[in-house]
Amino acid sequence: MRRDIFQAIADPTRRAIIALVALQAMTPNAIAEHFDTTRQGVSKHLRILTECELIKQEHRGREIYYQLEIDKMKEIDKWLNQYRIIWETRFNQLDNVLATIKKQKK
Amino acid sequence: MNDDLLFDFTVDKASKTVTMVREFAAELSLVWDAYTKPEILDQWWAPKPMASRTKFMNFEVGGRRFYAMVSPDGEERWSIQKYTSISPKTNFKFFSVFADKDENPQLQGSEWDFNFSEQNGRTKVIITIYNESLARMERMIEMGTLQGCAMQFKNLEELLPTLSQK
Repeated sequence: MRRDIFQAIADPTRRAIIALVALQAMTPNAIAEHFDTTRQGVSKHLRILTECELIKQEHRGREIYYQLEIDKMKEIDKWLNQYRIIWETRFNQLDNVLATIKKQKK
Repeated sequence: MNDDLLFDFTVDKASKTVTMVREFAAELSLVWDAYTKPEILDQWWAPKPMASRTKFMNFEVGGRRFYAMVSPDGEERWSIQKYTSISPKTNFKFFSVFADKDENPQLQGSEWDFNFSEQNGRTKVIITIYNESLARMERMIEMGTLQGCAMQFKNLEELLPTLSQK
């Protein structure tokens, strides 16, 4: 769900986790070392990020690694881009309105 | 027509803020009117084929604009903009919330800040939109997306006859 994605990135710890795993796939322990919160706390964040499909698990031998879901991040950008298109349209319409008013004044 | 007019659009997800900078080829007083007079605002605020319909607008501090975005099939999405600050021809701010047709506001909203300046006959407008929550920002973008789809259909409609002539 879309709302979940934005809730996922609303939390500073989760944003930091995304930034970490964007650089390289990491185990939960390696990720937890970067934070003052408990291992359980980090697990909770990892679970939420996984549920939102922003990161995914990969099993390597007995270890689990987390890595970034690049497609999902792109999806967020795609939406924002659509919002940008709306404003472009709006402003182009305003250009036309302004031009019309200027002509009427002359 | 707007070939070399500046347009800058940035979204900061962390601070839940959208910032836009746009130039217009008109003097400041005209651009100011276009943003603050309902009869002009309704001509451009909604991306076609959506229409903007202002039910009332009191452009003064504490005053409100109550308006709907109307889709081609008549569906209305209402919003309330409450003016929190006005410095004529320089800046105004409003707080925007989605609402139902009876003016009942939803809980979360967004703060909008408009800045106007003129240089060499062109007017630069800087718009900052701060959302109270990311969920709210998502909703705003989603509504924009719906309009975006409608808009693309409209463009397609216009394109189709030209294609069929070939």
